[in-house]
Amino acid sequence: MSWRRAALLAVPVAFVGVFFAYPVVAIMGRGLVPDGSLDLEPLGDVVTDGGLREVIWFTLWQATVSTVLTVLVALPGAYVLGRYRFAGRRLLWAAITVPFVLPTVVVGSAFRSLFEEGGPLGSLGLEQSLAAILIAHVFFNYAVVVRTVGGLWSHLDPGQEEAARVLGASRWQAFRTVTLPSLRPAIAAAASIVFLFTFTSFGVILILGGPSYATLDVEIYRQTVSLLDLPLAAALTIVQLVAVVALLLVSARLEGGRAGALRLRAAAEVAHRPRGWAQRGLLLANLAVMGLLLGVPLGVLVERSFAVSSGGYGLGSYRALGDLRRGTSLFVPPAEAIVNSLVFALAATVIALVVGGLAASALATGRRHRARGSAAGIETLLMLPLGVSAVTVGFGFLVALDEPPLDLRGSPALIPIAHAVVAVPFVVRVMTPVLRSIDERLRESAAVLGASPARIWREVDLPIVARAALVAAGFAFAISLGEFGATVFIARPDYPTLPIVIFRLLGQPGALNFGAAMAASTILMALTATAVVAIERFRVGTVGQF
Amino acid sequence: MRRVLASLAVAVIVAAGCSDSSSDDDTITLVTHDSFAVSDDVLEAFTAETGVKVRVLPAGDAGATLNQAILTADDPLGDVIFGVDNTFLSRATEADILVPYDSPELANVPDEFELDPRHRLTPVDRGDVCINFDKAYFAGQGLAVPETLDDLTAPEYRGLLVTENPAMSSPGLAFLLATVAEFGEDGWRDYWQRLRDNDVEVVSGWEEAYNGEFSAGEGRGDRPLVVSYASSPPAAVYFSDPQLAESPVGTQLASCFRQIEFAGILKGTSKEKEARELIDFMLSEPFQADIPLSMFVFPVRDGVALPDVFVEFADVPPEPLTLPPDEIGENREQWIREWTDTVLR
Repeated sequence: MSWRRAALLAVPVAFVGVFFAYPVVAIMGRGLVPDGSLDLEPLGDVVTDGGLREVIWFTLWQATVSTVLTVLVALPGAYVLGRYRFAGRRLLWAAITVPFVLPTVVVGSAFRSLFEEGGPLGSLGLEQSLAAILIAHVFFNYAVVVRTVGGLWSHLDPGQEEAARVLGASRWQAFRTVTLPSLRPAIAAAASIVFLFTFTSFGVILILGGPSYATLDVEIYRQTVSLLDLPLAAALTIVQLVAVVALLLVSARLEGGRAGALRLRAAAEVAHRPRGWAQRGLLLANLAVMGLLLGVPLGVLVERSFAVSSGGYGLGSYRALGDLRRGTSLFVPPAEAIVNSLVFALAATVIALVVGGLAASALATGRRHRARGSAAGIETLLMLPLGVSAVTVGFGFLVALDEPPLDLRGSPALIPIAHAVVAVPFVVRVMTPVLRSIDERLRESAAVLGASPARIWREVDLPIVARAALVAAGFAFAISLGEFGATVFIARPDYPTLPIVIFRLLGQPGALNFGAAMAASTILMALTATAVVAIERFRVGTVGQF
Repeated sequence: MRRVLASLAVAVIVAAGCSDSSSDDDTITLVTHDSFAVSDDVLEAFTAETGVKVRVLPAGDAGATLNQAILTADDPLGDVIFGVDNTFLSRATEADILVPYDSPELANVPDEFELDPRHRLTPVDRGDVCINFDKAYFAGQGLAVPETLDDLTAPEYRGLLVTENPAMSSPGLAFLLATVAEFGEDGWRDYWQRLRDNDVEVVSGWEEAYNGEFSAGEGRGDRPLVVSYASSPPAAVYFSDPQLAESPVGTQLASCFRQIEFAGILKGTSKEKEARELIDFMLSEPFQADIPLSMFVFPVRDGVALPDVFVEFADVPPEPLTLPPDEIGENREQWIREWTDTVLR
């Protein structure tokens, strides 16, 4: 490992070490080293207990199916949004991130109202079913695939595929042999994120699957929070870690198989209006999928936020949001919740960009220097937080970060840090493939032409890096705006964000509480879409036109 | 290494622009669940009277809060914990994380609420987990509201009840305990088998049951009977606009299980005097009178006037079902396991 790479990696490795690995090891130590000596018996219990084996099997199975489904449904969307130019494309590109940030309790309620007997889709019998879980997983993760793959697709030089066609390849052959291999790193990156998200699915399983379905995350919550059986929880965490590491190593191989530089071009040169009926049809079909899959559930929430209990529509729920429980410690002025959400999201985005950006640069450099083994190891470490239960991390914070100078318990700084731990893997995954794809020859030509290293970085790397960084920042910001699971298990001072307000409102009966929760959800959606649009409009130098 | 990592972490935090400024000498920390609430002016009056400021530290649901307190026994998260209830009381007392305190204010609290003879946990509020029914449904169908738990297994009530998974939900656990109290150690499994045969629906938590499946809830579901709280009828009126003249929800009194919430002083606190003042205050008239409209449960103190919406719309069970905390503590996990085998498998 070169010294430059080591320097770049110091911050990310330390960050994940302190705020993830150390807490997780500490809480597992409480379970497996109860009296100073290692006791691995609980691990045996996991292997021999039929119920737990079933949980492990179901967790892997539903995550695999969810991932495959999401990739299949989202890949055409990535093409359409990456390649076609049409009115509202930019807005749609941002709007598809909205599902990704909504708290599961809110989405669950929207899906439930569609699936329940008597609901619009009631006849399909999806209430408390496996299909409901899978549909919700596709809903949540659609944007991950579209944005990660679409981002790369929008820069792929169509000339190569055209050349293949000229040489006699069919459309499918050209796609399979030219385009697909070029997209493979991005698809593998997106798929591994989707797998990790669904592998650690919690809220969706509980709300839409019901009590007959349990993932490892649900079981770890039960063992930790209901039963306080730390040894068994630790054993289950080991199973989680083993599965996640195995998956990540496989994914690293898939991504690395063809890590050569791609011919990238400016998105503006590649994008074109859909031509002919086939292309228009493809565009319309994808818009229809997005409308049905994403638009309908979100529309249900918006509709409910304006519905008035006496019939008709009005702003009563929005007024209630600013008025309910005024004068008690549960009252949160909506403006305050919005500001809290934005401040935490900004802090989390900055942390995630610095940590993730440094890691991505190091990993991309490493690949060029053929330092593959260690790169895969480090990338795996950075991804791990997505694959471990939030309960484990939250309780780990509690027992690990309790001594000066690291006594962070009860500190508000924990909130953006916890959000950043979740966002860093996204930043790394979005930025690394793009950084790796920079053609070394571009740098070399610039150097030959007499450019200084600083100038090479500014002229060659920066435009591409900045574009990737903006996409990553949009993800990080959105993750933090909607994040709830990562902080809910940490004792923290009361700086309520929008998801917390929604959660509290849904905890009491009454039409006003419910309406206000829907109003807060609608505000959260609008805020997310606006923030992502704003971030992506932000331009650095000539970014977007390279 | 740890040092280096630590200073790095601190640098990150400083960069994030956050700082923790609440470790003053006159501030005590109350560790509690996310549903804790008190009126601002009530808490301010406490500070004005005693000079003690209260920092509230929400720590997740009731189970997560208690377990966090147990895990940090050597180095407590705060000075006082609130929100341990009778279904988890024994876990708190056995973990030895609490300092006994016999508050003089307990003189105003009926003995039935004092479940810890050593006064490590002081009762603060009480509520009842009960089956709520959709008044409009039963009136519309001309069907009598089921009067007993046994009635729920009758054919005319088939497919009408939704409840919560006791492994994940506090009202779900309370309702399981209600059936154990009613039918005894030998009879409750059989009762649940009959409920299952009568098409009881089980969902993960209260929110899914009440807002999703309950026909008088906001999701307009298809189940007119739901396991919820005796305070749901007044809450449904209080949180309506224009204010409803009558609650759409009623309480089936024979199904109620008593829940009592406790507060305690965490071992290792350096502010035991202030912590005692806070416990006294939580039993005082102003705090107790504030409980119904803040947390939608009932005060434990004698002679505290209830708000009108509670007087008018809340039915309180005269003799709710209950079980001794020790018995719950010894059997809770086993009962949940057996319930799962009976109802879900």
